[in-house]
Amino acid sequence: MLYKNPYNHYFDFIVQRDLDKCIRCKGCVTQCSYGANYYDEHRDLIYSLDYNCIGCMRCSTFCPTDCIRIVRNPDTFRPNANWRDNFIKDLYKQAGSGGIIVTGMGNDKPSRIYWDHMVIDACQVTNPSIDPLREPMELKTFLGRKPDLLDAGDGYELKTKLAPQLILEMPIMFSAMSYGSINYNVCESVAMAATELGTYWNTGEGGLPKSLYQYGRRTIVQCASGRFGVSPEYLNAGAAIEIKIGQGAKPGIGGHLPGEKVLEGISETRMIPVGTDAISPAPHHDIYSIEDLKQLIYALKEATRYEKPVSVKIAAVHNSAAIASGIARAGADIIAIDGFRGGTGAAPKIIRDNVGIPIEVAIASVDERLRQEGIRNQVSLVAAGGFRNSGDVIKAIALGADAVYIATSALMAVGCTLCQQCHRGRCAWGITTNDPDLAKRVNPEIGAERLVNLIRAWSNEIKEMLGLMGINSIESLKGNRDRLRGIGLTESELRALGIQQAGL
Amino acid sequence: MKIVYPREEWCIACYLCEVACIAEHSKYKDPLKAYLLENPRTPSRTNVEYKTPVALSVMCRHCAEAECVEACKNGTLTRNENTGRIELNQEKCLGCWMCIMACPYGAITPFKKNGGAVASKCDLCPERDVPACVAVCPNRALVFEDRG
Repeated sequence: MLYKNPYNHYFDFIVQRDLDKCIRCKGCVTQCSYGANYYDEHRDLIYSLDYNCIGCMRCSTFCPTDCIRIVRNPDTFRPNANWRDNFIKDLYKQAGSGGIIVTGMGNDKPSRIYWDHMVIDACQVTNPSIDPLREPMELKTFLGRKPDLLDAGDGYELKTKLAPQLILEMPIMFSAMSYGSINYNVCESVAMAATELGTYWNTGEGGLPKSLYQYGRRTIVQCASGRFGVSPEYLNAGAAIEIKIGQGAKPGIGGHLPGEKVLEGISETRMIPVGTDAISPAPHHDIYSIEDLKQLIYALKEATRYEKPVSVKIAAVHNSAAIASGIARAGADIIAIDGFRGGTGAAPKIIRDNVGIPIEVAIASVDERLRQEGIRNQVSLVAAGGFRNSGDVIKAIALGADAVYIATSALMAVGCTLCQQCHRGRCAWGITTNDPDLAKRVNPEIGAERLVNLIRAWSNEIKEMLGLMGINSIESLKGNRDRLRGIGLTESELRALGIQQAGL
Repeated sequence: MKIVYPREEWCIACYLCEVACIAEHSKYKDPLKAYLLENPRTPSRTNVEYKTPVALSVMCRHCAEAECVEACKNGTLTRNENTGRIELNQEKCLGCWMCIMACPYGAITPFKKNGGAVASKCDLCPERDVPACVAVCPNRALVFEDRG
């Protein structure tokens, strides 16, 4: 690299190509959206500019002769436990640019993942387990305010007036991802999948394109601090409304959609000019207190004739429990809590990696607090932020969540390889890009099928796990922490999670 | 009859259809050997037309009124009355290129074979249930359908 800046030299990956197997089909050249592969017509060879490779594996996946390997760049600094590679590289980048480093997806730091330190109980001999293939198993979940008392009356009609509920066939929903951060095809894949599965997807803060209104009854529409795309039609198009206060990947700051991603359709839906950065304010400027939040909750309920539940989404932070109590008292029907491993389309790396707390402890503390205050029935709890498999989901429910939101895993189902370049708008897998050339890489027919497959698989696994606990309904597991035990956790960690040490 | 239809909105220009076509029509049925050993290498019978953001893979339409069959002077191109497919017999082909001139889709390709020059076009992979290009397409941008 003749004209390179020496400090940009420290790249992460190398594209290794076995030239004996390369047939010069140039598939890798067209598939790489970062310009890492090119064809040299003079030598009839395909070469790679390794410093452009971001390790998304698009080229190696599509190579028909499997001649490409993406490997870590073995070029190494002197190993240093304090000055690890990524700190050094980021420092050089900032010394060159003077800017905040922006990244995508969730926190990738190796802080303790509590899911991996919890185990599930099973029935043996004295209490029979249930076989979900032979006996009914109920995953149906209702989200929304539950009454303090039920008056069954004297006949067949329930006398108590129930608050509006979201009805999920399984306790898994698709978390908020805005149109713009992901493209139309991915939005449609998620919407189609939610509709087929009988669960919900969430518009995120980017509004809802008119052509997706057809999925409205399976849509949660979000109202965030930027109020992008919010209109009376939008609020009434969905099944529920979510007020986004915070996001796990970037608690305390607003959403950020880089101008490169604001194309025609996004501009129309968000009601902002083409090419402008869509930066949501850090707070809602009309919400500086729980009382203000209450006003917005009731304004939204008023706008939708009290027919739709209103959710409030917050990032998991130190005092989530007290905040959640306030939100419940402000009239929210659902509280969504997003842990620090939750993903994002763009966030300052320093915030993504250092702010917020894990969802495991947040959900445990919020559930505990609401129970202590006797208001747990007034709200449903939705946990979000880094659910990797059905094991994590069932542990979240045992810790006290009513349902979970997944987004990173959903994107992985449509191809995402976690390369963390969402903010650049050049996603080679056609997910976090609006470039028409790249966006067509996700065919919603295939995307929806794969999402449906994923959630069906998880649902079946959840049924199996409920069965082995001798439980035939997900309702019976909610907050049932007695079915969890901790392994390798300290006394205070066990206390925060509200679970016992394995063996006790 | 069933033919291959491109769906332009989902073609991602990955060229796998071309590679699969070449492998399928080689004696090795393997992309690596087809590209590296076969001489002359048969050209792909489907061609990815790519000018960002438009991309689509184009091959023989097996037209009901086939201009190529009309143009062919010596019966190299014929319609198989049983299957409805337009067939090209390379043994007969003289390389006059009248079919190439006549085809409105540019779906016939010339290539040099054993010293002579012959035409080549999509045969819908007679040995397969679903043509190779359709089977390989990762984004369902090629479909094998009877649209009447």
